[in-house]
Parts: sequence; structure tokens; C-alpha cells
Amino acid sequence: MSGVQFPASHEAADRLRNRPDLRAKDPVPALPGTGQGETGPADKRILVSYGFWIYLLSDIVLFSAFFAAFAVQHGASAGGPRMPQIVDVGRAALETGLLLASSYTCMLSFAATHRKNLLWTQIFLAVTGLLGLAFVLLEAQEFFDLAARGITPQRSGMLTAFFGLVGLHGLHVSLGGLWLGTMMAQVQVKGFTTQIVHRLTCFNLFWHTLDIVWIGIFTIVYLMGGAS
Amino acid sequence: MNNADKPDDHAPGDQLEEEKGHWLRSANIGLGLSIILTAASFGLARSHLLYAPAVPVALIALAIAQMGVHLAFFLHITTGPDNTNNVLALAFGVMVVFLLVLGSIWIMSHLSSTMMPQGAVMQAQMQP
Repeated sequence: MSGVQFPASHEAADRLRNRPDLRAKDPVPALPGTGQGETGPADKRILVSYGFWIYLLSDIVLFSAFFAAFAVQHGASAGGPRMPQIVDVGRAALETGLLLASSYTCMLSFAATHRKNLLWTQIFLAVTGLLGLAFVLLEAQEFFDLAARGITPQRSGMLTAFFGLVGLHGLHVSLGGLWLGTMMAQVQVKGFTTQIVHRLTCFNLFWHTLDIVWIGIFTIVYLMGGAS
Repeated sequence: MNNADKPDDHAPGDQLEEEKGHWLRSANIGLGLSIILTAASFGLARSHLLYAPAVPVALIALAIAQMGVHLAFFLHITTGPDNTNNVLALAFGVMVVFLLVLGSIWIMSHLSSTMMPQGAVMQAQMQP
């Protein structure tokens, strides 16, 4: 090199021009239909799940705001009942089992969908819906029990956060159940068209995400809150 | 070069046309791991196996592990090429969640420690 100092970028470009062996290796070979590399737009299946995944993440951010509110408020009982008095760990364990089982049957229905088996898809979707319904009923029973003891959301900041967080999840499960019923009707009438399979994929993602949110709820609200 | 060509070397999200038991197997593995982790969480919370102040940390670790199991085996978020965008979105989402939750806890505890008289702070810390 001469005494003249080139800018670093210029020097790097020069080095690449003269030393082909320093060039980046060919990146990972492009897979057809994934949208990676130069193979054109991704498969519709991938785009649909990606878009729905973005929505699910926004939902998780919404839940995280409710979690933050609960974390901030969990000591603010205003002289009323505190967390250990309102938490029933046994019922939470039962609810957890129901939701986990429903996630599993949802997955089984998806496996059946991939085998284009209408009967088993419907059976497992129905079982998923019944388990979800049992979950919602248990949660409703919990809320009514608490209300009967005078424990309502307006009693303290802690209870507002508790009912808000658990209730929001229960609302999601209820609406998911509504969606599930709609999907069962659509599968029955229209069969396994590409569109229906995409919708089933989205429903599957939604149901599993509710399970993920519930993991946070039973850990933070029922186990950690109940122990403190 | 498609990963689906190598049955031994695939991530949970790859679609293997010739192997349809794949969804079932990943559901079974996911269910098994979830049951173990859930049972561990509830068992730990009830028993006195661990030093009490360590229990919340263990519970959070178990919860994160179980969320990972759900992501990998139920939601099929993988490192495969058709999942790159999903993983990036997930990473961003997790960042927002952490900022929101930890930020709220930090700001509010800071506020309460500067706003309250000293006696009330002691009381609030004794309460839980």
C-alpha cells in the first residue's frame, strides 16, 4: 500500500476485488417457496401463519400489560383479602390439566387434518371444545365463589388486577371456543380446502398460545401469589 | 437442498410429506414434557423441598422451560428457514414483554419508595 490512507470501506472493497477467497461464502441455499433468497414469494401457508403469529404476539403483549399490573398491585389489598386467601391451588391444577389436555387434543385434530381424516378431525376438535368449556365453567365457578364471599374486582387494586388478568384469559378461551365451533361447521360443510386448512392452522396456533399464557398465570398468580 | 430429504436431520417444524406420524410424535413429546414440568411446578409450590426464597425463581425457570416446550412442540417455532421471520418477530415480542413487565415493576417500586413516608414503605415491604 502507498502512504495514502484510504477510507476503511474503500480498502475493504479493494481487498474483496483482489482476494476472491475472502468473499463471503454463498449463503445458505435458498429453499423453494420459503421466501428466503431469490425464490419468489413465500408459500401461502407460511405467510398466513406468519401474519397470525404477529397478531398472537400482539395479544401476548396485551397480556403482559395485565401481568405487569398484577405484579405491581399484588400487595395492594387495601385491608381486604390477600392472595393466599383467594387462591385455590387444587382448582388451578385441575384447570391446568384441562387446558393442557385440550392443547394436546387440538394437536391431534391437526394431525388428523394432515391425514385428511374428517371424522377424527371433528372428534378431536369436539373434545378440545369440551375440555375448553370445562375450563371456562371451572373458572366461572371460581369467580362466583369469590363473589359470594364478597370478593369482587372493586374491593382492591389487587383484586382488580387478579380478575382482569384471569378474566381476560377466560374471555380468550370462550371466544376461542366460539371460533372452534365455527371451524367444525366449516370443515363439515366445505371439507379440507386449502383455505380451511389455513384457518385450522391459525386456530391451532391461537389455542396453544392461550395455553402458554395460562402457564404464566398459574405460575405467577396461583403458585407464587398463593404462597406469598 | 431440502431438510425434508433427510429424515434424521429435521426440526419439529419441517413438513415431512412421507412421514405423517410426525405431528403425532411431536404432540406426544410436548405433552410428556409439559406434564413433567407442570407436575414439578405444582409439587415445588406445595412441598418444602427447596429453600423458600428460591421457590419463585425455580417456578419462573420451570414456566419458561414449559413455554419453550410449547413453542417447539406445539407451535412448531423452529430454526428452520421458513421460520426465520417468526423467530425474529418472537424475539421482538419477547423484548417488548420484558420491557413492559420489568419496566412497570421497576418504575412503580421506585415511585412507591420515593412517594411514601418511610414507615409506610417498611409496612409495604413487610406485607407480602
